[in-house]
Amino acid sequence: MATSAQRKPIRWHIGVLLAPAILIYTVIMLLPVFDSLRLSLYGKGPDGEAVFVGLANYTTLLTDSYWQGPFWNALWNNTLFFIIHMLVQNPIGILLAALLSLGKLPGREFYRTALFLPTMLSFVIVGFVWKLILSPAWGVSKTLLGSVGLGSWFGPWLGQPDTALVTLALISVWQFIGLPMMLIYAAMIAIPDELLEAASCDGVTGITQFFKIKLPLIWPSIGVVSILTFVGNFNAFDLIYVSQGALAGPNFSTDILGTLLYRTFFGNQLQSGDPFMGATIAGAMFLIILGGVCVYLYGVQRRLAYYQM
Amino acid sequence: MTQTIARRFQISTLAAHLVLIGFTLLALAPTLLVVMNSFKPRKEIFGAPLALPSFETITLIGYDTVLKRGDILHYFQNSLIVTVCALFFIILFGAMAAFALSEYRFPGNRLIGLFLVMGIMVPIRLGTVGILKMMVSLGLANTLFALILVYTAQGLPMAVFVMSEFMRQVSDDLKNAARVDGLSEYTILFRLVLPVVRPAIATIAVFTMVPIWNDLWFPLVLAPGESTRTMTLGAQSFIGQFITDWNAVLAALTLAIVPMLILYLMFSRQLIRGITAGAVK
Repeated sequence: MATSAQRKPIRWHIGVLLAPAILIYTVIMLLPVFDSLRLSLYGKGPDGEAVFVGLANYTTLLTDSYWQGPFWNALWNNTLFFIIHMLVQNPIGILLAALLSLGKLPGREFYRTALFLPTMLSFVIVGFVWKLILSPAWGVSKTLLGSVGLGSWFGPWLGQPDTALVTLALISVWQFIGLPMMLIYAAMIAIPDELLEAASCDGVTGITQFFKIKLPLIWPSIGVVSILTFVGNFNAFDLIYVSQGALAGPNFSTDILGTLLYRTFFGNQLQSGDPFMGATIAGAMFLIILGGVCVYLYGVQRRLAYYQM
Repeated sequence: MTQTIARRFQISTLAAHLVLIGFTLLALAPTLLVVMNSFKPRKEIFGAPLALPSFETITLIGYDTVLKRGDILHYFQNSLIVTVCALFFIILFGAMAAFALSEYRFPGNRLIGLFLVMGIMVPIRLGTVGILKMMVSLGLANTLFALILVYTAQGLPMAVFVMSEFMRQVSDDLKNAARVDGLSEYTILFRLVLPVVRPAIATIAVFTMVPIWNDLWFPLVLAPGESTRTMTLGAQSFIGQFITDWNAVLAALTLAIVPMLILYLMFSRQLIRGITAGAVK
């Protein structure tokens, strides 16, 4: 056995193996994130140099009449965006997963491939495709709705302030429905057949079986899907930028934190770029995401029952 | 008795198929609509958007307009370089770190593991301000290398996490036998362990490739120049220029969709297996 006298030689290879990953990860990812957070504590001095201002930027963001309106607007829109995902995307994802995992459903592989396809497309494609389809100039949606007698329902949804955000959220749901479907499907097919057979023998079948047996077993997966949705939604930018532009029109009704950050940092037609306030918005996003993850880890995950199968 | 059960079973299967067919149509129709109409003359795009292109009137005028610009191939090449290089570094460095963390016991092992994996929850976008400052000061703004570095950093936490989980399951006997034969630790990793954890590599490749290819944020911020434009950014600015020329817009969209579509159909099996972590029955 090794005694203190026979110390192992320094194992250089451990360092060599770890170094590239730690170096790239720290320098390219962690330091900039912390640098951005640090920058949010600075402001522009009289000669254009950076001066430490403490939390003043955050106070400005939350209370200044110029900043608080856009910020609360973006935060509320972002929250709504997330709520729509949770209410539409995840239940439909669970429904599709439940249907796909029903016994030996023929054509399962085809459905799976087709339903996951939109997730593979880029935001640019998705944004433009839906913009064209919903465009009153083309009129495809109106024709389609008309063919089922709902022609009068059609409106320029992406162009109206009160419908644009919901429409975009539904487009995003359309694109990402495949992810919850797949993750929950994976959890469902991991449920042992014997368990379901035993339930069937006791007369627990169909919808009752879903709610009494399957659902309790897939709660942890639903939790993971929810937190992924949360982080994804509060980081969203691309879809809004592509379909509504950096100004998140009409009249900022689709502005979310990602677009606000982009506009603030890089500037736009209405204002010039402000790195300090941009960093402050990034800092606020960081705190929101961190808060959500903590709520999940300490509030939700611990209460979930994990069953060994 | 058995008959009613069989019938109930059939009805529920039928209902399941109906729901699935409905959602499948919803998932495929928008893409189909765009591809279909890209081959039609302008009059038909508006007159009969839902009809298939007919043989008499089929036209490639939109593609002609788009390809005359000739940049699409260049954008495609940029995207390919960035995605392939980033993927290579993510898998190489990720495997090295994961091996060190899962194979050896040393002080700080758990801490370093946590430190790396923490990155899964920290969105790198929030560091954009700092990353841009750094890339500018290093003279890397508007280079593909900047994008490769950023995507590598972004992909590493997940890669280390997934691969170290898989590497823990590689048999110790195998590795110890190799050590007795005098193989170096590096040879053990690259010749012995890596081939065994191929499923992990496939999972990581799939999970990191799609977001890199589709990303708009970092190309827009770090490399918006004409020569470094990626397919996603290129398509975005491209379509914007042709916004009133419907033939060209539809053709450009189709050209942007098709490469992804082909890749997806080729790899959909591995991809789905990757997501369901081999649990697919």
